[in-house]
Amino acid sequence: MNKKLVVLLAAGMALSACTAASAEEDTIKVGIINNDPNESGYRTANVADFERVFGAEGEDNGGRYETSFFYSLTNEEQIQAAEGFITDEVDYLLISAADTTGWDDVLESAANQGITVILFDRMLDADEELYAAAVVSDMAEEGVTAVSWMEEQGLDEYNIIHIQGTLGSDAQIGRTTALDEAVEANDSWNYVVQQGADWNAETAQQIVQSVIDSGESFNVIYAENDDMAKGAVAALDASGISHGVDGDVIIMGFDCNSWALEELLAGNWNYDGQCNPFQADTIDEIIQKLEAGEEIEEKVIYSVEVGFDATTITQEDVDNYGI
Amino acid sequence: MEKTAKKMNPVSAFFHSQMVIPVVALLLLLVFNLIMDPTFFKITLGTNSAGDPVLSGNLISVLNNGSELAILAIGMTLVTAATGGQDISVGATIAISGSVLLRVICGGEAKPAELAAPVFVGFLAACAAAMLCGAFNGILVAGFKIQPMIATLILYTAGRSIAAWVNNNTLPIVPGEKFTYFGGFIPGIAMPTPFLIAVLCFIVIALVLKFTNLGIYTQAVGINESAARLNGLKPAAIKILSFVILGVCVSVAALIKVSRISSINYSVIAQNIEMDAILAVALGGNSLGGGKFNIWASVLAAYVIQLLTTTLYKFKVSSDALPAYKAVVVIILVVMSAPVVREKMSELGKRFKTPTKEVG
Repeated sequence: MNKKLVVLLAAGMALSACTAASAEEDTIKVGIINNDPNESGYRTANVADFERVFGAEGEDNGGRYETSFFYSLTNEEQIQAAEGFITDEVDYLLISAADTTGWDDVLESAANQGITVILFDRMLDADEELYAAAVVSDMAEEGVTAVSWMEEQGLDEYNIIHIQGTLGSDAQIGRTTALDEAVEANDSWNYVVQQGADWNAETAQQIVQSVIDSGESFNVIYAENDDMAKGAVAALDASGISHGVDGDVIIMGFDCNSWALEELLAGNWNYDGQCNPFQADTIDEIIQKLEAGEEIEEKVIYSVEVGFDATTITQEDVDNYGI
Repeated sequence: MEKTAKKMNPVSAFFHSQMVIPVVALLLLLVFNLIMDPTFFKITLGTNSAGDPVLSGNLISVLNNGSELAILAIGMTLVTAATGGQDISVGATIAISGSVLLRVICGGEAKPAELAAPVFVGFLAACAAAMLCGAFNGILVAGFKIQPMIATLILYTAGRSIAAWVNNNTLPIVPGEKFTYFGGFIPGIAMPTPFLIAVLCFIVIALVLKFTNLGIYTQAVGINESAARLNGLKPAAIKILSFVILGVCVSVAALIKVSRISSINYSVIAQNIEMDAILAVALGGNSLGGGKFNIWASVLAAYVIQLLTTTLYKFKVSSDALPAYKAVVVIILVVMSAPVVREKMSELGKRFKTPTKEVG
């Protein structure tokens, strides 16, 4: 009886070892940690892009990847999920972090387990040694592009309503920094108000309404995403203040949602900065290189991003860049 | 004798009523604004970009933006009174309800050229969805005896994903001006529509409380469930009913919220509104353990909360400090409204009164 059991067990173990070995040869185990796809149109496009390349549907990726996804807008939950993926012994851990801080410990334990970490979409405050590569948007560059566009407008005075995203996020810091510097450097640039609206259209609407109610004058609204720009415009419309091309107030947004680019095309807004959500193909290439034992030339790869002006945008741009 | 005489005195009666906390809070905030900057109270009649007359000013903004919260406060007060617990899923069910509304009127398309169905039909569907969510919560609470906060945690967690699923994860945009009327202004009427909708809700609930036994039954179940049952009431039915009424409030709030931006964002729409709604109930002096309740105190408290937010915006409190300021004010108000403090205050008042009488 006992002997039988031992033989059975041994056979079972051999079998499972066999299947495990064969699976490891073919497929690469990937854990992807991202923000909630419902956060914004940008995120929906980003998540769809990764599902397209790494998706579980074997036909799409030729069965190369065995992927687990985790979505959350809170850092703590994301870190917990990362720990779970490490326990599961994934080969690659892809991370778009909710917050830039607090990741050192989990990245170190990934390194100890021999798991390759690749950052996408956003950078992290962590030692460079802890990740193999980063495919990110240069949020600071997005801010610089937008601010230099503002400078080109040549207004006598810039009285700016600055509506920020969730404070501490990479996008907020990058898009705020350039504007902060420009306001600091130029006497004719002033903040009428600078407030956070957590990417929420309605909060942005209340902030702008509050400025209108207090009777202060302003001529630029710099909203750090399209939703908040939309909320701001709703407040202007309710008070009969003109905006956009030939309007009294310049409207600036970010992310290039297709509906936002259409607002540009119609001349209701003035500027929209792109935030490129398509990183999965680049990461796919990196993983293939690493698997082949090749070196990666550059650790941090920035996605190419552009800004659109309402006076020059075309329907083609809307179709190509709208998300 | 003395006691009845005291009750006759309207001033004294007021100071012993539930209304005192929200009214005092309201006055404090108004006086603060009056001292700091009297222009806070300025109301102007202008025109919007469509050329229609609109009222604007900080006070109008308070009435406008606080209305969803005031509507939710009605339902939340009833749920609190009947079950002795709170529904923390209202933000998520607003997302579901709003999503259903958009699904129906946009016909599942992201950018429809025209409405696929009348807004009225969409609203009925949204209302049904929200009532269903309410019934689900209510059955868990009343039927399965799960604590309200735990029962509603389910939809709190899953609601926004369900909302996204209803619309296949797209963010539909409603075409046309007409849909913006619910969250904006109806041409020719200068008051913001959300406030008018809220007033309509107040009238309806006032009539219901006056002509039905809903109020007294809810109170009876909240105070002592067994006693209520022995008196022939069905506590489970009353509890479920309170959640379903909250569901109706949720759908109205969802209509306003979605109309404000003609679109929806599942993860941020009505974010944390459940906390403000519970706060409104607490500030209104209602016992969070159930029983006696006063809907009007909660409604007033809801507008006080919005007044606080608007005041903080007006004074441009920097964004990272804003929640801290709000917390400080909330702590003061809630401590003031705590029964222990109120007893101490009235004792102090008596002590202060007695010597003056002796002197006289």
